[in-house]
Amino acid sequence: MSQTAMKLEPVIRPEYVRTTLPPVTTGAVEAPLPFFQRMFAHAIVRRALILVALAIVWELYGRWLDNPLIFPSFSETLQSLWDNTINGRIPQRLGVSMRILVMGYALGIALAAIFTTLAVSTRIGTDLLSTLTAMFNPMPAIALLPLALLWFGLGVPSLIFVIVHSVLWAVALNAHAGFLAVSETQRMAGQTFGLRGLRFVVQILIPAAFPSILSGLKIGWAFAWRTLIAAELVFGVSAGQGGLGWFIFENRNLLETAGVFAGLMTVMIVGLFIEGVIFQTIERYTVRRWGMQR
Amino acid sequence: MKHMPTPHYPDAKIKPLLEVDGVTLQYKTRDHLVTATSQVSFEIFPGDRFVLLGPSGCGKSTLLKAIAGFIRPTQGAIRLKGQEITRPGPDRMMVFQEFDQLMPWKTVRQNVAFPLRANGMSAGEADMRAMDVLEKVNLTKFADAYPHMLSGGMKQRVAIARAMGMRPDMLLMDEPYAALDALTRRKMQQELLDLWDDVRFTVVFVTHSIEEAVLIGNRILVLSPHPGQVKAELNSHHFDASHQGGAEFQTLCGRIHTMLFDEAQPAH
Repeated sequence: MSQTAMKLEPVIRPEYVRTTLPPVTTGAVEAPLPFFQRMFAHAIVRRALILVALAIVWELYGRWLDNPLIFPSFSETLQSLWDNTINGRIPQRLGVSMRILVMGYALGIALAAIFTTLAVSTRIGTDLLSTLTAMFNPMPAIALLPLALLWFGLGVPSLIFVIVHSVLWAVALNAHAGFLAVSETQRMAGQTFGLRGLRFVVQILIPAAFPSILSGLKIGWAFAWRTLIAAELVFGVSAGQGGLGWFIFENRNLLETAGVFAGLMTVMIVGLFIEGVIFQTIERYTVRRWGMQR
Repeated sequence: MKHMPTPHYPDAKIKPLLEVDGVTLQYKTRDHLVTATSQVSFEIFPGDRFVLLGPSGCGKSTLLKAIAGFIRPTQGAIRLKGQEITRPGPDRMMVFQEFDQLMPWKTVRQNVAFPLRANGMSAGEADMRAMDVLEKVNLTKFADAYPHMLSGGMKQRVAIARAMGMRPDMLLMDEPYAALDALTRRKMQQELLDLWDDVRFTVVFVTHSIEEAVLIGNRILVLSPHPGQVKAELNSHHFDASHQGGAEFQTLCGRIHTMLFDEAQPAH
């Protein structure tokens, strides 16, 4: 800037005061959106559209290829899924898998609760959790399967072992991070109410850390489900009770490719259901209602 | 009161509610031991609107936390009704500056009822008490809203209602209006005074705003910075909102301003 440049001076304008405000001319202050925009605002509508589009592409490709042994079409897969559901094989296999999953998941969460409690209450506990997590979290659960077979033999205990491994670290890590993130103000507020010890944890820390805990549970669930299916593919039969992974393996051996696809589709449907219905519902009634998550 | 000239009691029969006696507060950072306040003594009487005033770094918030029981003094003692304070408790409810002091997973009325329930009151009675105080702060309409739906000022009102609902011996307020916009702050200050007029409670109020101190308080403790030491105890009971901007009001503000800022830098 040169020294001779004029100093910027604001222009002095006359004042004015409005005694009455003119009417608003852009219609109602809150006007409803058009039908399609409102429908499109629902996540479920958008997701359903994506699924329909994928199914159409699949069907077209399957028909064009015309080789059910390699790539059955969508309708053939649906047919197989229907048949196997009606004759009770898929429901029975699914039941076996879900039972093992729930046991392993619950045990994993219980262990994660113990580890997290140790980690938030003592410094050595924190170090223990972070060291163990750093060591075991990157380890694929399937890699532990040979060891599990050696220790627990062919059967449910081995499956539960690998599921616990895949759930434990994800849940413990997220829960611990959640507890650390609880604000000092919230802690102090809880303490002024006279809350101490377990009541403080249950009534203040857990709800305050719930968004992190919930995301840990979601990750843990996905890990557990894929670990279980994979483990069942390696060995599925225990006392004649195979799970869904075994169902896929059997169908491949019989060259029933549509059956394999039907099994895979069941895996996905269960995944969509747990994620889209169960966890979504939990989120809607907790973290989103509380404004802790959008 | 070893370190201060004996104050003139209005009536010898009235005992102080809170005695802060030669209190030195220190806290550790990663590599320093910081002295927040040094040899601070004062007394708070029932019904006081007692303001701790000082620039940032005078340890006023630390002092309030010590009264709340979060920090133990390294020297001296703090006594509530003659009992030494050792830990936080529901007899001294605290209102914080931060909006996240409300529990987002509870509705407004559940938030207000929560400390009552936590201290053994029945659900029905706690809810009745909660609705009662919510009416006092004009939030009955929002009783079933969740905190994230409220504006900053409303959240602070809920926090005050929650603290009042406990009927504590004293209400501790740590710059409760500092995060609010100026218009809302003004309104809230008046509401607090009206509420005090209505219910008559004891409040300890921390602020760094001289005007707020003179308006809210009946007695102002002026603290010097680094470390906090008592500079003066002043009366401001004779001022309310109608005096704001008046000559006497401005004189007192100016006096405090000189005390805090001009004398604090003798090197200049």
